[in-house]
Amino acid sequence: MKAAVVVFPGTWSDGDCTWALQNIGIDVRKVWHRESSFAKDELVVLPGGFSYGDYLRCGAIAQFSPVIEGVRSHAAKGGLVIGICNGFQILCESGLLPGALVRNKSLQFRCEDTYLIPGSNSPFTKNIKSNHALQIPISHGEGNYYADEQTLDLLEEQDRIAFQYSNSIGDVDQNSNPNGSSRNIAGIINDRGNVLGMMPHPERACEQLLGSEDGNQIWLSLLEEYL
Amino acid sequence: MDFELLQKVAMTRDEYDRLVNMLNREPNELEVGIVGALWSEHCGYKHSKPLFHHFPTEGETILTKTGEENAGAIDLGDGWCAVFKMESHNHPSAIEPYQGAATGVGGILRDIFAMGMRPIALLDSLRFGPLGDRNNKYLFNGVISGIGGYGNCVGVPTVGGEVQFDKSYSGNPLVNAMCVGIGRVENLLSASASGPGNPLLLVGADTGRDGIHGATFASVELDENAEEMRPAVQVGNPFLEKLLLEACVELAEEHNDWIVGLQDLGAAGLTSSAIEAASRAGTGIDIDVTLVPRREEKMTAYEVMLSESQERMLVIPKKEHLDDVIHLFRRWEIRADVIGSVTDDEHVTIREGKEVVARMPVTIPTDPPMYSPSTMRPSELDDLHNQDLSVIPDVKNAGIELLNLLGNSNITSRQMIYRQYDHQVLNNTVVLPGGDAAVLRIKGLKQGIAVTTDCNARLVALEPRVGSSIAVAEAARNIVATGSRPVAVTDCLNFGNPEKPSVAYQLEQAVLGISDACRKLGTPVVSGNASLYNETPVGQILPTPSIGMLGVSDSSEDSLTIVPNENNILILIGADLAQGIESLSGSEYATQKLGFTAGKPFIDLDYEVKVQKFILDAHKAELLTAAHDCSEGGVAVALAEMALAASLGLEAGQIDCGSRVDASLFGEAQSRFIIATDSQDSLSFLEKMLQDSDISFSVIGLAHGERFQLGPIDLSISEMREEYEEGLHRLLDS
Repeated sequence: MKAAVVVFPGTWSDGDCTWALQNIGIDVRKVWHRESSFAKDELVVLPGGFSYGDYLRCGAIAQFSPVIEGVRSHAAKGGLVIGICNGFQILCESGLLPGALVRNKSLQFRCEDTYLIPGSNSPFTKNIKSNHALQIPISHGEGNYYADEQTLDLLEEQDRIAFQYSNSIGDVDQNSNPNGSSRNIAGIINDRGNVLGMMPHPERACEQLLGSEDGNQIWLSLLEEYL
Repeated sequence: MDFELLQKVAMTRDEYDRLVNMLNREPNELEVGIVGALWSEHCGYKHSKPLFHHFPTEGETILTKTGEENAGAIDLGDGWCAVFKMESHNHPSAIEPYQGAATGVGGILRDIFAMGMRPIALLDSLRFGPLGDRNNKYLFNGVISGIGGYGNCVGVPTVGGEVQFDKSYSGNPLVNAMCVGIGRVENLLSASASGPGNPLLLVGADTGRDGIHGATFASVELDENAEEMRPAVQVGNPFLEKLLLEACVELAEEHNDWIVGLQDLGAAGLTSSAIEAASRAGTGIDIDVTLVPRREEKMTAYEVMLSESQERMLVIPKKEHLDDVIHLFRRWEIRADVIGSVTDDEHVTIREGKEVVARMPVTIPTDPPMYSPSTMRPSELDDLHNQDLSVIPDVKNAGIELLNLLGNSNITSRQMIYRQYDHQVLNNTVVLPGGDAAVLRIKGLKQGIAVTTDCNARLVALEPRVGSSIAVAEAARNIVATGSRPVAVTDCLNFGNPEKPSVAYQLEQAVLGISDACRKLGTPVVSGNASLYNETPVGQILPTPSIGMLGVSDSSEDSLTIVPNENNILILIGADLAQGIESLSGSEYATQKLGFTAGKPFIDLDYEVKVQKFILDAHKAELLTAAHDCSEGGVAVALAEMALAASLGLEAGQIDCGSRVDASLFGEAQSRFIIATDSQDSLSFLEKMLQDSDISFSVIGLAHGERFQLGPIDLSISEMREEYEEGLHRLLDS
């Protein structure tokens, strides 16, 4: 499996994603937003940042970039796509995932550690070996996941909630919710299970030196699935 | 001459006459505008430059000559270097706190990537009036949001800084932004317009009417009419800055040979940028304002030359590579326009199409008059030094006093501030905010860098020379506490009106004090900034020479934090725990009790150097598990901060607090650290090292349990945490 990291004007997590993926041994190429095609076996990564300055709404302008057409057709063919933070916002704006990310309940930007309980229904999470909540940081002002009740029920029924915010011992409740997200949702997958969007930054939890290696579990889960 | 015009550019009559003499004729309006901007205090350093010769500026690892480039550059070894600088944006932040702070961050970032280096860290040294006042709350919230709004969007982590409160800053906040960048030594760029015939390329944002007279505005006192100066506050676009940053770094890293110079546009916009670049190279420049892309109609030449529209850079490409450079910026979706060229006539020539609208030798605007005003030691200092501190009765309930200090705005947790800043982007932050200094690793290298800002302005007010030495020593202590070596200093000299003899005294003594300490500690001053005229009709600010310090960690992954492990032994280094009353001088505790700050600050710089060396030696010998420097609130607060960070109590009920319990627990004597070690064997080694170096110390106790027991203090960790974490929230909600 190889990775293609997309770069929009204003993206800044591309370097961190490249670093984290290469450390695991995955080949990475960077794709400027004006290109638009991906290979079948590529993991397409939409990284974090402030694409187009987050002007208008986060991800609202990026969805019109030429590269999104390529992402759409890649996803339609069953290719893997992961959107992290701004990438998740872009996937929702483009309609590749349901719901929307709105302003944090605190009305402030938050950069802090969170703990995540992974779901089990996607190649991104089903092989995660950890028996404790994953420690992965967030860094966002608009990470509050919102969808109507019908959609939320559907996500639950179809086991499409990929990550939920919890505390360090695994309690999923209001106290462990850093931004007000409905049902403590930190990440979701599409109905086919090949497109994942998540607000926390796994590429920042890539070395113990930086505080946690738990983010690597996601890439390792994918590698196990596809090797 | 139109005296209203002179006032707009804050030029005195004498300065005007000097200009007429140098030109040998009367200048026109545009020429007055140009010279007024460059002769302003902010750009010209008229009252501060005469003092700078005191600073030690050289060292083995210093790569640039102080003041000659945008920022100071330090050799890190293995072909890498770090550049750093601090700049103030005080006056704009007083009027429009969000944009004032945001554009302060933008400006300092540009100073770094103008040298071809990639910014990897931001820090902010902030001062506000007490938060009980609504206006101060508004300024505080605006500035914090502005720093985050700009830094987070650009994708450079904000990893440190400080915030202090005092009534003298009411209505006159201080916003000093510091930036550190790294890169390969061979990619260091110069801001020099050399090579006559080379084009001048303006890249980035269009030019508008924002910020005109910003440099002037920063050079005068804030009076009742200050609000009307809002148009002098610039507006930031961090998204464009991010694109500019990437383009400039790419230019430096991959196409260094295409350009001869790169300069950012800051105070006084195109005027200062072009003229300073020409001055450095000994050349001239010729600019046609009609070629400058504008965002508003009917702008005059004056407005174009003095606009401080943000996110613009001046690139001086080699003639033969002009198209290559334009193409690079276009690829990053940034506009690039040729607006003139480098000449060999050593003049600055401004045209409007074919018509020359201003012309003078480059040496005139870059040669402002220098002032060395008379100084006078403020009369109250001696009285304050002689204040009998024993009028404060010794503490009755030390536990309550500690809780008060933990909730005090100058001590309480700043987490609610720094969690609004992205402090992890770029995956380099090894020691996060919340400790003494931040440490960043450099990918591929063993060595890393440590960064901090510090200044206890109350001590500077009490005794400017000693207080300023203390500021440098504290900053160095912050660096040393992470296991890194202090290497160099940048400063931001924030003072009142220098035409007042008492302020001139403070400024002169501060520069001397910084120099004393930098010389002893071996940390030359490699860059800096001065912000004067920080006064409102109500009064002037405390003299605040903010120190930004850079350190080098020989092994960034082995850095120390303030967090001890369970059952570690905690030791006070640098002094015995038992202190006399003079230890309360200038302290937060005594200020609370007296209602004003008094006492005589003191530091033994030779001893300070010895203690810092001990810490680094002990760290190298792997004897330490944690370290924290003692500052506001003294030993008790330092121990409390470590306990809260580790969520561990303290067993030190039996310590000897001497005859003044308050001085021992809350006094702020200098040159002290708390260290932690994990075994009796290590403790024995440390004790031997300390005795051999003749450094005083006291073993405090064990990090253990759920209660914090220190002499007469017996508190639960949870009640301490409540005070510490709620401190700022309570003040903001009041």
